[in-house]
Amino acid sequence: MSRARDALLAGLVLLLGRRREPPRPDAHLLPPVPKQPRAETAAIALLFVAALCAAAFPVVYFVDAIPAKTQYLGLSIGLALLFLAAALIVAAESVIPTEELAHAYPPDEHQEDEEYVAGLVEESGKGFTRRGLFKLGLFSAGGALGVAALIPAVSFGPLGVKEFYGTSWRKGRRLVDENDVPLRAADIHEKALYTAFPEGADKEEQGSAVVVVRLPQASLTLSGRVEGYDADGIVAYSKLCTHAGCAISLYRAPLFAPDEPLPALVCPCHYSTFDPSDGGSVTFGPAGRRLPMLPLSVDGKGELRARGNFDDSVGPSWWGVRERRPSP
Amino acid sequence: MRRLVVILLLLALPGVATAANGKQVYGRYCVMCHGPNGVGNSNPNAVVGGGPARDVGIEPGIGPSLRNVGARAADFYLRTGYMPLKRTGLQPRRSRLLLSSGQIDALITYVASLGDGPPVPRPQPEQGTLSEGQHLFASNCAGCHQIMARGGYVTHAVPPPLGQASATEIAEAVRIGPYVMPRFSTRQISNSQLDSLIRYVQWTQHPDDRGGLSLWRIGPVPEGLVTWFFGAAALVAVCLVIGRRLHE
Repeated sequence: MSRARDALLAGLVLLLGRRREPPRPDAHLLPPVPKQPRAETAAIALLFVAALCAAAFPVVYFVDAIPAKTQYLGLSIGLALLFLAAALIVAAESVIPTEELAHAYPPDEHQEDEEYVAGLVEESGKGFTRRGLFKLGLFSAGGALGVAALIPAVSFGPLGVKEFYGTSWRKGRRLVDENDVPLRAADIHEKALYTAFPEGADKEEQGSAVVVVRLPQASLTLSGRVEGYDADGIVAYSKLCTHAGCAISLYRAPLFAPDEPLPALVCPCHYSTFDPSDGGSVTFGPAGRRLPMLPLSVDGKGELRARGNFDDSVGPSWWGVRERRPSP
Repeated sequence: MRRLVVILLLLALPGVATAANGKQVYGRYCVMCHGPNGVGNSNPNAVVGGGPARDVGIEPGIGPSLRNVGARAADFYLRTGYMPLKRTGLQPRRSRLLLSSGQIDALITYVASLGDGPPVPRPQPEQGTLSEGQHLFASNCAGCHQIMARGGYVTHAVPPPLGQASATEIAEAVRIGPYVMPRFSTRQISNSQLDSLIRYVQWTQHPDDRGGLSLWRIGPVPEGLVTWFFGAAALVAVCLVIGRRLHE
């Protein structure tokens, strides 16, 4: 942290504390521009307002309490660009002297002419009295905009991988519907899709939502880690697709099994298709691993309860997803 | 003799929706798949051969039992043209009605008499609320049918668009779950919620397009394209104005 502060201080010193070059005594190729301190102040002020607007972007991005985030993100970037443009327009119009050269570029050997043009460029900055401050404004506006443009890259990576392992599902926790009413095994019918949550937990949490379906017990082929995870033919899987994390909201439930497609849980985003009778194995689509399964039991009152956590991490897959299993 | 009288009576009253009339239609178009008296047939090797339905291009095959499915299922499958199905294994789709309205009425009466099934529902979508309907549709139906009920895809099946679905057909489909659609019990979607749901689907059949153009109602992509088109034109116009001023 202190290194960053040192670097910042050094940068400021470099920018502001440099010795000013002694002004050339003679050269006045352009008619002297009347000094316009008010316009200059306005340009600098606009630059800092632009920096402020761009700096609001990371704040909006990271503070969860702000409603309608997308709109505010767009507003901050939009205003920052607008103010930056306004500052540059003001500077160009009233601070920087302009001279239009209408003739063609001279060939290379015309050294004198080249020097003349270089001199013109050199002098174009002469209108500034507070050059350092203007530069600082320019740098802060540009820097803040750059930071704002890079911030969304944070969304690419799984920062909170912990949430994918440590869900709210525990042994004995009841399954409730979206109105917090416990699910009863007798209310779970075949050919229907139910969404359930852990009782008393945050429904928005990544690992909370599960899909619950009932299948004929004879059709289940649960083996390996998920052997015996069903409760009398009722099975529960994480509602998050293992491909890109969309909600699995499609259930292919054949009415007449002999000549219709088999039961399947399907993700509407890219049509990853999972077999609910076979531990959620992938039968079609881009998903690379099966759906995490939740072990179920039915208690004495006929209500569904979890027998522990998922057998695998929930949510989209990432580099190294197979290296760890969630604790039960 | 008695049979002869019955047959004569049936010939005299061809349009009356009686179970006996329906049984006749059943024998023509349905029995080769659904079996005698609606017992169903799930054994492809025990298909009842031939029959008059061959004349209209219906192949014998396998089919589910119709005991206890009631007038509700019969009404849905016959009025949408889902049945009779050309051959086993196809997804039933909304199609031209092969049977006359009188034949359909008779067949529904006959199927209802096969067991103790539910009657045809009488939804009242005008009593539902549009916003509740949209919420229900978004969480239960839109995954397959798309939020504007224009239909979509599931692997190995095609969720149909609901543009032509009547209120009764929607109410029936939600409870039956035709083909691979899940079914919804009254515990999941109550009858009053179903009214709201139907009201929303009816709204999607005649939505008010804010900009005046529907843009095929397939979401933000065409809308964005149009916006970009107008936005780009506006930017070019601004550039022209600036360029002209500099020239002067």
